[in-house]
Amino acid sequence: MISTTTLFGLSSAVLIGLGLFGMIVDPQPLRKILAFNLLGGGVFLLFGVIARRGAGAGLGGDPVPQALVITGLVVAFAATALAVALLLRLFQATGQTALDEAPPPAPSVDP
Amino acid sequence: MMQDPSNLLVLALILPVAGLLLTLVMGGRYAGRITLLLAPVGLAVAAALVVSVIHTDDALIYYLGGWIPPLGVALRADGLSAIFILTTAVVIGATGIFARAEFCVPPGQPESRISLTFWALLLTLWGALNLVFLSNDLFSLFVALELLTFSAIPLVCLNGSAGMLAAGLRYLLFALLGSVLYLLGAVLLYGAYGTLDIGLLAERVRPEPVAWAAAALMTVGLMAKTALFPLHFWLPPAHAGAPAAASAVLSALVIKASLFLIVRLWFDVMPALMNPTAAQILATLGAAAILFGSVLALRQARLKLLIAYSTVAQIGYLFLIFPLITRPESVSFAAADLSTELVAAVVSTSAWSGGVLQAVSHAFAKAAMFMAAGLIAQSLGHDRIADLSSIGRALPITVLAFALAGMSLMGLPPSGGFAAKWLLLTATIETGQWWWALVILGGGLLTGSYLFRVLAPALFGARESVALRVPVARYREVVVLALALCSVLLGFVRLGAFDLVQIGRLAKAGMGLP
Amino acid sequence: MTLALAVDIGLALLVLAVAGWTIAVRDTFAAVIGFVAYGLLLALVWVRLAAPDVALTEAAVGSGLTGLLLLSASARLRHAKTSAAPPGPVLQWAAGALCILIAAGLAALVLLLPDPAPTLAPAAVAHLPATGLGNPVTGVLMVYRAIDTFLESVVLLPALLGVWSLASEGDWGGAPILRHPRPDGALTLMAQVLPPLGIIVGVYLCWNSADHPGGAFQGGAVLAAMWVLALLAGLVDAPPIRQRGLRVLLVAGAAVLLAVGLAGIGLAGAFLAYPEHYSKPLILAIEMALVLSIAVALALLVAGPPVRTPS
Repeated sequence: MISTTTLFGLSSAVLIGLGLFGMIVDPQPLRKILAFNLLGGGVFLLFGVIARRGAGAGLGGDPVPQALVITGLVVAFAATALAVALLLRLFQATGQTALDEAPPPAPSVDP
Repeated sequence: MMQDPSNLLVLALILPVAGLLLTLVMGGRYAGRITLLLAPVGLAVAAALVVSVIHTDDALIYYLGGWIPPLGVALRADGLSAIFILTTAVVIGATGIFARAEFCVPPGQPESRISLTFWALLLTLWGALNLVFLSNDLFSLFVALELLTFSAIPLVCLNGSAGMLAAGLRYLLFALLGSVLYLLGAVLLYGAYGTLDIGLLAERVRPEPVAWAAAALMTVGLMAKTALFPLHFWLPPAHAGAPAAASAVLSALVIKASLFLIVRLWFDVMPALMNPTAAQILATLGAAAILFGSVLALRQARLKLLIAYSTVAQIGYLFLIFPLITRPESVSFAAADLSTELVAAVVSTSAWSGGVLQAVSHAFAKAAMFMAAGLIAQSLGHDRIADLSSIGRALPITVLAFALAGMSLMGLPPSGGFAAKWLLLTATIETGQWWWALVILGGGLLTGSYLFRVLAPALFGARESVALRVPVARYREVVVLALALCSVLLGFVRLGAFDLVQIGRLAKAGMGLP
Repeated sequence: MTLALAVDIGLALLVLAVAGWTIAVRDTFAAVIGFVAYGLLLALVWVRLAAPDVALTEAAVGSGLTGLLLLSASARLRHAKTSAAPPGPVLQWAAGALCILIAAGLAALVLLLPDPAPTLAPAAVAHLPATGLGNPVTGVLMVYRAIDTFLESVVLLPALLGVWSLASEGDWGGAPILRHPRPDGALTLMAQVLPPLGIIVGVYLCWNSADHPGGAFQGGAVLAAMWVLALLAGLVDAPPIRQRGLRVLLVAGAAVLLAVGLAGIGLAGAFLAYPEHYSKPLILAIEMALVLSIAVALALLVAGPPVRTPS
């Protein structure tokens, strides 16, 4: 019989695959940022499964990975905020959000 | 506080962070002054750290909060960390002096956008780099990598043009993907071995699927951040378009941080995994980077882009050390039994020293080149290579600095770059892998060609006089020259560096806690 | 099959379905809605994995604040030209194959994880009495690995500076504007009713974290969400970013932690060590400073760069 940890462990593997696919394939930056968060959720979930497997000493899980996930979630949020701000500014400046074409030559004079 | 030299580790870490906090409160008008005051202190700490490591002849270790790993987190400075911390302190200090003219607020003016952000991010970058070089814990290193990303990307976009926003966003997405892959590898290692401490992992990691997967994920993630071919696309536009002071730090230091972690990973975290196939793959990518980056550098029309592609190429040399340190025939028994003598025998000291020297001399040379290009672009109003004829007459010190740095990049004697490439060549012969020698020599020729394209007209152009739109401050030229001289003079101190590189090598010292 | 397991299987399938839909759906706004649901479902999974601290953080930060950020971004990008074409079918298939391979490899590794699992739970519990804390997760964050919490409070600063640095030169020093263009009755009502409750919850989460789930991050996230709500509804204005008080609030958490950490060198023998018998009050003081700094930083990260010229 499959256990809870194995079940969510396998789910995390699928989530990581899905997130990676979205990050690689989707051309829209906002969707890439979204996929990055989905991917991060999968990685954190795997860490949570590892924490749960380490239950013992009267605890439901190993507190070290749990604490690290809390830190990781906040870092991922900060990264998302920076990426979104860049994207919105890019849209404001150019009216589009594409990253594919070669960027215009950077100005040769420093500000 | 100073009786115990391991306190230096804490000091190196918190000094820039304290500077960041102070800068935010005091505001942009004082930001430059705070950084310029902290820079010499940080340099002194770094120098003291190097002296302490040499004096102790072993790695310095600090248990944060007094908690011993695996529950706690340790800082650890070996010879390698000490060298990189010193290099960082020198480059950051030089960048600070160079950037003063552009980013300091004139007296009486209110705080401006760039005056706060540039200095605060420079300090963050410094703290993050020191953390990368000191932390002995894979998760703290993850946070350090993110700290580095969050400070590097706004520096890239500082001029706010649309092209740079796109370059910054692309860089950010690459860096984030790299961090997630790195973290996934660290998670797998914790799941298998129950610790994130580098010393403990070195004892526990065995060659098995989970370790292989973690190694692969972390290496690919860090490669994306180092911009190793074929994951280099984000680098040239980002490094070429950033303000010169920022480009200097990004190209000299930031990409070295993730490279440093790849080296830590393979030689310190999982020495049991290092095998000829992995080493040859890494070196092949390095060789491809050297050739590809150099050829593209040859084809650039703008000076800063040429220098950026040159970074892509020079990074490649650093990946050649993997097969040169791990001799193919020695690996089978190294994996079977990790005793002190055997590992010491496997490690080729010339490859180690050559690799470290290449990293450090490239850091100085590349910082000098980006700053020189910045001065040229500022004084001419452009950096088109075709129109740099006779610029040497107008900016003799700047062009001399560029030429000296270029000498080190090409590997001409007596520069640090020459010593580095010589040591690497020696290592290829010691280990009987002559094909890498061809790559090193070919790369040197290509480097010579693309630099010749710039230097020949700049020095021997036919134009009688060049009119500068903006005069260049003499002290800024001197800073650039000093950095270039550092890169050249490294060629003379290499003999002393041999021992320092080896101090506290994890596998050799057999570190780890009971 | 037990009932609990059946629930878990249902939950796992739901998470995967929502995640797949989020990646596959054409409309970006719908994808963001999917992501918010994904975050809330993950919070449930965290409860099932006996990690209530993480569940709180996931709901508040992973789903709540990230969701708000992405929702407002997708609304503003609604009319963006999607000039970028997706990669060709060959590349898509190659990427798909690679991702399937990675997922399959990870799945195999999950099945191969050692049994019994290595764990630091006994070590964390054994030293907990010395810290005066009852919640082991708080013990890890504030005592054993306090360095992570310190770095965490620092990492928000360059991210925020990065966001601010995107302002136009003339707007520097001004305030960000997050106001919804047409705040409707529901939003206003929510913004009036929720914050008093949210502030109580946020402070409670932080105050009680010594012995119960919660902490500076969770509390800070809840407080930040309340502030963002009020900003969206136009009930309050964001402060100008040049304000000295705001800057002090932003660095307070990291500064207090740094000061206590440095005092630890002299008083307790190591950076970030607490003097015996004083650890609990010191930790509480740090958490109170941290919760404020984190709340301000998180909310301002959502609010974006300043757009209003300073008066």
